[in-house]
Amino acid sequence: MVQLSCSNIQLNFGGVRALSGVSFEVFQGEIFAIIGPNGAGKSSMLNCISGLYHPQQGKVMYEGQDVTKLPPYERTKRGIARSFQNIALFKGMSVIDNLMIGRHLHQHAGLISGGLYYGPAQAEETRHREYCEEIIEFLEIQSIRKSIVGTLAYGFQKRVELARALALEPKLLLLDEPMAGMNLEETEDMVRFILETNEARGITIIMIEHDMGVVMDISNSVCVLDFGKKIAGGTPEQVQQDPNVIKAYLGDEDLEEP
Amino acid sequence: MTFPKLLKKQAATIAAGKSALRQKGLGIWQSYSWQQYADNVRTLALGLHSLGFGTGEKLAILGNNRPESLFAEIAAQSVSGIAVSLYHDSTPQEVADALGKFDVSFVIAEDQEQVDKLLDMRDRLPKLYRIVYVKKRGMRKYHDDLLVSLAAVQELGSALGDQQPELFEQLVAAGNPDDTAIICLTSGTTGAPKGAMLSHRDLITMSLAFNEADPKQERDEYVSLLPLAWFGEQLMSVAAPLIAGYTVNFPEKQETAMADLREIGPHIMLSPPKVWESIATSVRVRMMDSTPFKKFMFNTFLPIGERYADCVLTGIAPPVSLVIGRFFADLLLFRALRDRLGLSHVRSALSGGASLGSNVFRFYHAIGVNLKQLYGQTEIAGITCMHRNGDVRGTTVGSPLPGTEIRIDEHGEVLSKSAGLFKGYYGDAEATRQVLTADGWLRSGDAGHLDQHGHLTITDRINDVLTVADGSTFSAQQIENNLRFSPYISEAVVFGGSGIPLVALIGITSRVVGKWAGDNKLSYMTFADLTSRSEVIELIAGEVNRANASMPEQARIVRFAIIYKELDADEGELTRTGTVRKATIGTLYKDLIDALHEGAETVAIDTNIEFPDGKTGHIKTTVAIRTA
Repeated sequence: MVQLSCSNIQLNFGGVRALSGVSFEVFQGEIFAIIGPNGAGKSSMLNCISGLYHPQQGKVMYEGQDVTKLPPYERTKRGIARSFQNIALFKGMSVIDNLMIGRHLHQHAGLISGGLYYGPAQAEETRHREYCEEIIEFLEIQSIRKSIVGTLAYGFQKRVELARALALEPKLLLLDEPMAGMNLEETEDMVRFILETNEARGITIIMIEHDMGVVMDISNSVCVLDFGKKIAGGTPEQVQQDPNVIKAYLGDEDLEEP
Repeated sequence: MTFPKLLKKQAATIAAGKSALRQKGLGIWQSYSWQQYADNVRTLALGLHSLGFGTGEKLAILGNNRPESLFAEIAAQSVSGIAVSLYHDSTPQEVADALGKFDVSFVIAEDQEQVDKLLDMRDRLPKLYRIVYVKKRGMRKYHDDLLVSLAAVQELGSALGDQQPELFEQLVAAGNPDDTAIICLTSGTTGAPKGAMLSHRDLITMSLAFNEADPKQERDEYVSLLPLAWFGEQLMSVAAPLIAGYTVNFPEKQETAMADLREIGPHIMLSPPKVWESIATSVRVRMMDSTPFKKFMFNTFLPIGERYADCVLTGIAPPVSLVIGRFFADLLLFRALRDRLGLSHVRSALSGGASLGSNVFRFYHAIGVNLKQLYGQTEIAGITCMHRNGDVRGTTVGSPLPGTEIRIDEHGEVLSKSAGLFKGYYGDAEATRQVLTADGWLRSGDAGHLDQHGHLTITDRINDVLTVADGSTFSAQQIENNLRFSPYISEAVVFGGSGIPLVALIGITSRVVGKWAGDNKLSYMTFADLTSRSEVIELIAGEVNRANASMPEQARIVRFAIIYKELDADEGELTRTGTVRKATIGTLYKDLIDALHEGAETVAIDTNIEFPDGKTGHIKTTVAIRTA
């Protein structure tokens, strides 16, 4: 079943055309990778899905509904969550508080009962805390539960960012370079978590990633962008052999580094 | 009595509201009453029984300490089987070696990681019949006839229990106290670990004597921090609670252990010296980083505490001024410090398994922690000697437990004998013969002597006792412990004696020295690079000189070198509980040690090493030899 379809997306920043006519479909339960050289428009594409940018042309259909014009919070309510390339957490707050904010969407206690922390508000808090604790166990971050995010190592912060996205209980998770800047061991852990998230929780994942080894290993389908255009799409094997992709990455001659 | 029978008795007599076990999960301490403990053992035992596990068969437990590890152990014993605990961080080869050696047919594996080790090695394990896994995570894609989940086994067991309600009681009643209850790995300080067979009677006798020497109560709390494969942890987490009824707490994860320890605030603790050393080091490291006011407090009050401790430990009444000083020191500093370390409630802090440095010992007594040493061997179900409350002496390991006899033979070796003496090493009659004397005494391999108070003092391994220049004997351990008291030094291995000058290989504490380098704007690339910096060598030289100053002339280190990598249990340099294997170090670093003896200035090192994650790396460096 198609969960998300983008058709003919066009995004301009003034005179600069970031995306032109990009179309693809993401199926329920798959891991979908967007790859491409620097400046290809990958993050812009992700921002169009999450609602941070609104494309001038084209349509984003999510679960059969047109969400192109919806603001990000409306999309989040419908089950789209994301993590950022540059970590966007509340650095002065603890890990558990960051996660609990992720649960805000699902909390319904009013100002007074929440403020007094009485009756249903208390029960609700406990329930959401339990949900967050399950994520903490899932991502194996028990030891930093109460640490202040800003004091944590980069690899941990990336993991917390994933944790917060999961706290939203998403159906579609957008990950912008989840493995960037990680060492080999951290990358292996992250891959394991992404696979588990996808398999055990049944969450569809769209991710941008530069580590080709990871992309080819775990994704079901790949979309390749170059200068705002989709130049290839399909399974990792198909994409790897596509002459356009090889050209985009290696250049016509051996002039540039991959 | 057997352990399954004891568990039945505890479940029947101890109030339902009292926790037998606690495991932290989802951030909350989840507790099991004694009845729940017994019920879990019952369903698991019946489940194992219906899968064909029976009398004399071996069940290995591979994983971190968890309530399920205990259920499995007592369940195996309930059907007259034998439990073998393995170190969770063992390599696949080590696991296969142990399983093969002990003819293990069933394994309880904690998670996917442990299951993978077993499946990797299945070709070498023809006797392996079932792997019972505890955590289901990541196991969806495994479809192997060997595998079955713990929950499924317990379901089988509870179905069987419904059909035949009497069966479990019959199986337990058939248990004989002289049956082997566990095969426990020996520490392996001097060679490959062997499996000591211990019967229910051995373990229960020992636990009763231990409880008599160091009484425990039902309301006591204990935190299980060390691997269950270590005998000390078996005693504290499995055997002793079944006698004394205290609560055993399992930390959430290894990384959270220290925080969990503080939350529980245990009344009793038993750890090898390594753990006590590392806690003491962490205090001193944090002090380096602290505010001037806190430093002032620490530097003012700690010496008062130390002087007070010196008086108490040597049996002298401290002068009134010191008692008053110590009162304020406790009020203003030690109380807060103990709370920080999770040692506020600790009544009986025990150190055993290796020798504890006198400086570390003094430190704990200074801050008001009643640290006691104990001494023993796995082969005699653990403890032979220990300190009693009010009779703690710095240099000894205490006096023999009730029912234990200690004798020093003509070579100065410590021999012991008690009703807890083991049944022999599994499948190794030759080794058993070597370790027992003709009249049934256990050889320890340690040199020691008994004093007029009946306290035993251990000098060192009998082969490591050094004869120094003037012909007097000296203990390498004592010098090593003295060096290790420095927060910068995590390992020290001393070689020499018998006319050859004493030299030391020093392992630096990467965390502390790394921080020191950062504070001093010293840049470095790798650990090997850090160890070769002249500034670091100077720093360590200062520490060695400090240690030397407290030693008699003939027992001083003449030359030392810093080891260019961190010592690792996977390479056999350390035991799984963190004790240095001196013989292995002696062979692995032979070039370096020879150069130390010859007094060369530098040694070129060009070697391959294996990292903890299984990757291999290449080290090319030059190690400087420094004269102290």
